[in-house]
Amino acid sequence: MSTDVMHSHAGGHDHAHDHDAGGNTVFGFWLYLMTDCVLFASVFATYAVLVNHTAGGPSGKDIFELPYVLGETFLLLISSCTYGFSMIAAHRGAKSQALGWLAATFLLGAGFIGMEINEFHHLIAEGFGPDRSAFLSSFFTLVGMHGLHVTAGLVWMLVLMAQIKTRGLTPQNNTRLMCLSLFWHFLDIVWICVFTIVYLMGVVA
Amino acid sequence: MFGKLTLEAVPYHEPIIMVTLAVVALLGFGVFAALTYYRKWGYLWSEWLTSVDHKKIGVMYILVALIMLLRGFADAIMMRGQLAMAQGAEQGFLPPEHYDQIFTAHGVIMIIFMAMPFMVGLMNIAVPLQIGARDVAFPFLNSLSFWLFVAGAILVNVSLGVGEFARTGWVAYPPLAELGYSPGVGVDYYIWALQLSGLGTLLTGVNFLVTVFKMRTPGMTLMKMPIFTWACTFTNILIVASFPILTATLGLLTLDRYLDMHFFTNELGGNAMMYINLFWAWGHPEVYILILPAFGIFSEVISTFSGKKLFGYTSMVWASGAITLLGFVVWLHHFFTMGSGANVNAFFGVATMIISVPTGVKLFSWLFTMFRGRVHFTTPVLWTLGFMVTFTIGGMTGVLLAVPGADYVLHNSLFLIAHFHNTIIGGAVFGYLAGFTFWFPKAFGFKLDERLGKGAFWCWFTGFFVAFMPLYVLGFMGMTRRLNHYDNPLWQPYLIVAFCGAALIFCGILFQLAQLIVSFKNREQLRDLTGDPWGGRTLEWSTSSPPPFYNFAQLPTVHTLDAFYDMKEKGTAYQRPENYSPIHMPKNTAAGVVIGLLGAVFGFAMIWHIWWMAGLSFLGMVATFIVRSYNQDVDYYVQPDEIERIEDRHHARFEAHGNALNSHSLAGQV
Repeated sequence: MSTDVMHSHAGGHDHAHDHDAGGNTVFGFWLYLMTDCVLFASVFATYAVLVNHTAGGPSGKDIFELPYVLGETFLLLISSCTYGFSMIAAHRGAKSQALGWLAATFLLGAGFIGMEINEFHHLIAEGFGPDRSAFLSSFFTLVGMHGLHVTAGLVWMLVLMAQIKTRGLTPQNNTRLMCLSLFWHFLDIVWICVFTIVYLMGVVA
Repeated sequence: MFGKLTLEAVPYHEPIIMVTLAVVALLGFGVFAALTYYRKWGYLWSEWLTSVDHKKIGVMYILVALIMLLRGFADAIMMRGQLAMAQGAEQGFLPPEHYDQIFTAHGVIMIIFMAMPFMVGLMNIAVPLQIGARDVAFPFLNSLSFWLFVAGAILVNVSLGVGEFARTGWVAYPPLAELGYSPGVGVDYYIWALQLSGLGTLLTGVNFLVTVFKMRTPGMTLMKMPIFTWACTFTNILIVASFPILTATLGLLTLDRYLDMHFFTNELGGNAMMYINLFWAWGHPEVYILILPAFGIFSEVISTFSGKKLFGYTSMVWASGAITLLGFVVWLHHFFTMGSGANVNAFFGVATMIISVPTGVKLFSWLFTMFRGRVHFTTPVLWTLGFMVTFTIGGMTGVLLAVPGADYVLHNSLFLIAHFHNTIIGGAVFGYLAGFTFWFPKAFGFKLDERLGKGAFWCWFTGFFVAFMPLYVLGFMGMTRRLNHYDNPLWQPYLIVAFCGAALIFCGILFQLAQLIVSFKNREQLRDLTGDPWGGRTLEWSTSSPPPFYNFAQLPTVHTLDAFYDMKEKGTAYQRPENYSPIHMPKNTAAGVVIGLLGAVFGFAMIWHIWWMAGLSFLGMVATFIVRSYNQDVDYYVQPDEIERIEDRHHARFEAHGNALNSHSLAGQV
């Protein structure tokens, strides 16, 4: 943008701003992600306040199965790698490769969500649902909110795959691919915080 | 089939509500009939409701804000009327359960559905023009923001006739707001109305930050931006940093109420103070979100009408920045009485007092801007001067409340009520009304009637002091907020005086309505043909009034602060280029309206537990968004011949006006 300012004295160069829509979108998406970060921070803070309010119910130590959650974690981490490969393919203009890696990402993400639903179902069936104690409310909400974000990402991924399939790697689709990439990696980072603060620290404490 | 919704939900037995509904229905029918008779539905749909033009969206925001101001004020004058009479054996005309809904609705409406849209509307109209941009960064998102806000406003108004509104006060503290103590739908209306409009506000914040950081005209560095744009930028930073906290807080309360969770309940480990902390971690930045743009408006007004550049522009920017940061570390002063201990209270008390330093810097900057200037006492200037007196008093009572020891005595008393009305009316509302008068000719092409505007100011100004100074006294006398009846004859005289103040403010509002009608009638005499009715200093005054939909035929190049003043000095203003190049513009879209209205249906369905309707409307919202993402026909180029036609018309009018002025002044000399 600074170069526009430099040569604009000649006058008549007022088209420069209109053509940077993709850059604006990615910048706007970064800002949105920061608001999402504040959203997660609020719920993390709530979790931190309520983690010991077990009200006679189980604590994290009693209900978390670390190996299972580690499996979930690896699914999500690997899905970030596959998304990265999809981006590399898209940069090369290799449409079918990009789509293939996206499909792999989708399956890994769906696997993560499946495992999470299974974990939730298991806990609720044992009577440790979110209505049991403030600790469990905040646990289900924090982990579930991340899960809902991943689910939204999966829906987005399906739509984008359909659009890339029919329209190819257009500038518009590449911008969207970039935004979803940011979203997906962001959710990965949030999950690392969830894994550390909720599961690891929960079992240690 | 319809969840908790039955015909019993309509309050037939409440004559006040039924009469109000009848009047609203009559007015609504009148508008509907007029639109049909004059065949304006198509025009309304294609030119306004589906518009992505930031100027039109701004006008619609302010229109809704003014309507909600009337409703919020009706609530206010009912409360003042009730308290003027409900002493001792006299019970007044409002039973407790109705009075509780009224004070809640008054607070929610005035903050979320009057002040916020008024501020966002002014920002929409002025900011893109001030930075020399042709629209905001994401025009469709802007339309979506507006319609999400409208969805929230619809829910608040529907609650009047279907069911009830919250009886909790505008803060909806648990455990009162929990299912156990508020089993009705009132709190649910509150939650979904705030959630929808809050989402709209968040998107506005992101949109305008990208606009300001990415779409400034060539040469406009950050420190050459007009001061109002700076103020709005800090406000948008506050919005993106604080509104997610509100979303989270309301979400947790929703889970408590809908899925039997225990975040804020008394049972099973819930912690109600957590809600109160989270609420004010959003709520305190929110008051700076409201006041900073008002500060920006006062700066523009006082500099324009003093004919001088703003004194201390740089320190003004830094002062806003300091307020932005400090605004995040004072939230606990809303509940010193929580009992966090002396050290915590001392920290928040001191942080609160420190905010008065940058605010003081601003006040002195405005004073020095006027100093040795040639101040024109127009309506916007009257609002500004009224603000400087009123807000200073409000600020000082705020510093008093920031002393934790004093706060323990005054917490939740009428002293507090007087304090925050002192800052919000005397600061934010006066500012928006100044901005309304200031930018009205830019938006509509004609000025507002000055005489009626001044009448409105003097009624509001005196009315404010008559209405709220007695409340300070009553606070010291021990009267608390949210009472609908009292047993103390000593309070009554003060409450009668306060009622008279509210009546004076009502006269101010009548003046404003008259001003709008009279100005519209006399619009030909009040016409602004130059685009620069006040001798403006910033870029919005360099284009016609109202501006063409593309704002600027050619993007202006900026060399200094007060860019348009500089152009006029150098004689480069109003220069026309040899030829025009095509302009890239967004197309209108119905997606924003559709998603917003489906959002209202979704909120309504959630409130009444009509799950199938909630599911369908949510899917509808997502589907509309996806369909929109498939649409590639979202923009077009305005061709040079059309631009030339529009610009020719403006310049012809402009020159005719200039000739008329010249001959007029010559005649004056003879």
